[in-house]
Amino acid sequence: MARIELEAVSKRYGDFHAVRDFSLAIEQGELVVLLGPSGCGKTTTLRMIAGFVPVTSGRIRLGGRDVTSLPAHRRNTGLVFQGYALFPHLTAAENVAFGLEMRKLPDAVVREKVGRALKLVRLDDLGDRLPRQLSGGQQQRVALARALVIEPDALLLDEPLSNLDAKLREEVRVEIRQLQKTLGLTTVMVTHDQDEALAMADRLVVMAAGEIQQIGTQRDLYEHPRNRFVAGFVGRTNFLRGELVEPGVFQSDGGLTLRFDGQAAPRDDTAGARPAGTRRALALRPERLTLGAPADTARVNRVAGTVEFTSYLGAIIEYYVRLSSGEIVRVHAPNTGAAGDLAWAAGERVHVSWPAEVGLILEDEHHAQEAHR
Amino acid sequence: MTAGRIALLVAAGLALGFILLPLVLVSWLSFFRDDVVVFPPSGYTLRWFRAILDQRNFVDGFVTSLQVGVFAMLAGLVLGVPASLCLTRYRFPGRESLGLLLLTPLVVPGVVAGTAIYVFQVETEILTRLPLVASLPGLVLAHVVITIPWTVRLVAASLMGFDRTVEEAAQNLGAGPWTTFRRVTLPLIRPGVVAAALFGFVISFGNLEMTLFLIGPGRTTLPIAILQYLEWRIDPVIAAVSLLQILVIGAAMIATDRYVKLARVL
Repeated sequence: MARIELEAVSKRYGDFHAVRDFSLAIEQGELVVLLGPSGCGKTTTLRMIAGFVPVTSGRIRLGGRDVTSLPAHRRNTGLVFQGYALFPHLTAAENVAFGLEMRKLPDAVVREKVGRALKLVRLDDLGDRLPRQLSGGQQQRVALARALVIEPDALLLDEPLSNLDAKLREEVRVEIRQLQKTLGLTTVMVTHDQDEALAMADRLVVMAAGEIQQIGTQRDLYEHPRNRFVAGFVGRTNFLRGELVEPGVFQSDGGLTLRFDGQAAPRDDTAGARPAGTRRALALRPERLTLGAPADTARVNRVAGTVEFTSYLGAIIEYYVRLSSGEIVRVHAPNTGAAGDLAWAAGERVHVSWPAEVGLILEDEHHAQEAHR
Repeated sequence: MTAGRIALLVAAGLALGFILLPLVLVSWLSFFRDDVVVFPPSGYTLRWFRAILDQRNFVDGFVTSLQVGVFAMLAGLVLGVPASLCLTRYRFPGRESLGLLLLTPLVVPGVVAGTAIYVFQVETEILTRLPLVASLPGLVLAHVVITIPWTVRLVAASLMGFDRTVEEAAQNLGAGPWTTFRRVTLPLIRPGVVAAALFGFVISFGNLEMTLFLIGPGRTTLPIAILQYLEWRIDPVIAAVSLLQILVIGAAMIATDRYVKLARVL
């Protein structure tokens, strides 16, 4: 296993920039998830690392070795395909043995390694089955064993869980994560599923329209999204459009004057520096807003509104509240089981309140591939 | 059962009978005991099958047909498999035309193709002094032209819907292009290739019209040996040798159908 470095990697098809200026260093043993909507360039990036898509410009290094111009079969990456791509005419054990045979290892070594790899994915007694005789989850594990057994410099996972049903998916993602950690595998995983990404990653790379939007840990992305796209794609967010009127004060299009903590946001390079009047959005996470009766809060930001709609989602209860300014926000309240939790019914007048540090000021940019989550 | 359905079955039965009748008659005839074909036969015998062996033309013709068939089949595969791969996988200028070109031998009448190839071989022989006309290589070259359309069709049919990610998987595991083809692609399209081989052989083995122009003294194929024999006499030997030819072709086609359903591609 080794470090993976991508240096200003770009892929262009004619006028279309599939991936633009992608730079990232993945440390030995780290699991990095490329997250983004379909068409954002994440799969193209993975395929460039594997060597199936030639780069237009930039360099790719695996363990210090420049592989940019090497064909796929000489890169020593282990790719788990979305549809597994098992060889249908070979048994599970023969599938796993394939890469070792390509490396011209002696038969005895191949047998021993295949045995160990199958054991690792708990398929040691199904080695002589053909892929079509295995369940989806078992096929997935064969694909994983096949990729791991060659001791690749990089493990590449292309939407590895998307073909599994929901229950199996959670099991397998824990399994893959544990295996990845125990074996210290440098791993790049591609997914469009934010839950999967958040659950598995050491670090995430959020992509849109071929470009990196932000690189960081789950906490970085959630607490300090760099732009509106990231804030909307990772977790749920309310956006209020408007502009800055003075440092720490935001005025929404609906006419609300709201306070935010201009100093607290580390990536808040846009907040105070730009002239007043620049288009901005105030991002508010729904679970950090509080609903209260018209008189019971004394927070900095306190806006009157009417509950329009409620959803009982199990762990949380979601309220859609129309603010006095006409803007709508979602508020998530934890479901503590107490009788008062669904206290607010549609049509009731409430106050939404939050402390200054909840609000994040972001550029109000419009992405073509804006995801609504 | 409705009247319409009965009518359909009767019509189908009649058509099938019409097609099979000559085959049945020929097969039946080959066992007649009399030297001259008479109805009803005075008895049955197997001696005509032995008599085939006394006819050098039939034996030599059979051997030649076999040789030509096998070589034309092999050459058809060597050319047809890569051609099918190119046609099904790559977009390039002239792709459609190439596909059509490879299928044209199907629509050119055998007599026309035979004449053209004969003239071509004569001219080539004059220019290069290579003995092509009425030689085994000459026959094989001509027969490749008629086996290729079938090879391409059958192999291309098996490449449709081929999941190419398994090839990427092989490359990812360290297999170069050739190894990927040999270890992954070829085994997966094997049914189509086997079918193409068998059917190519059948097409070559049974060809008469085109081959008529390309044989020479001492080198005849079986269908032509039969035709030549027929010019002089009609006796049950001809029926016996025809039956053998039908059996060879029939066996090859039944075997083919096990790999690729012929109804899908013919």
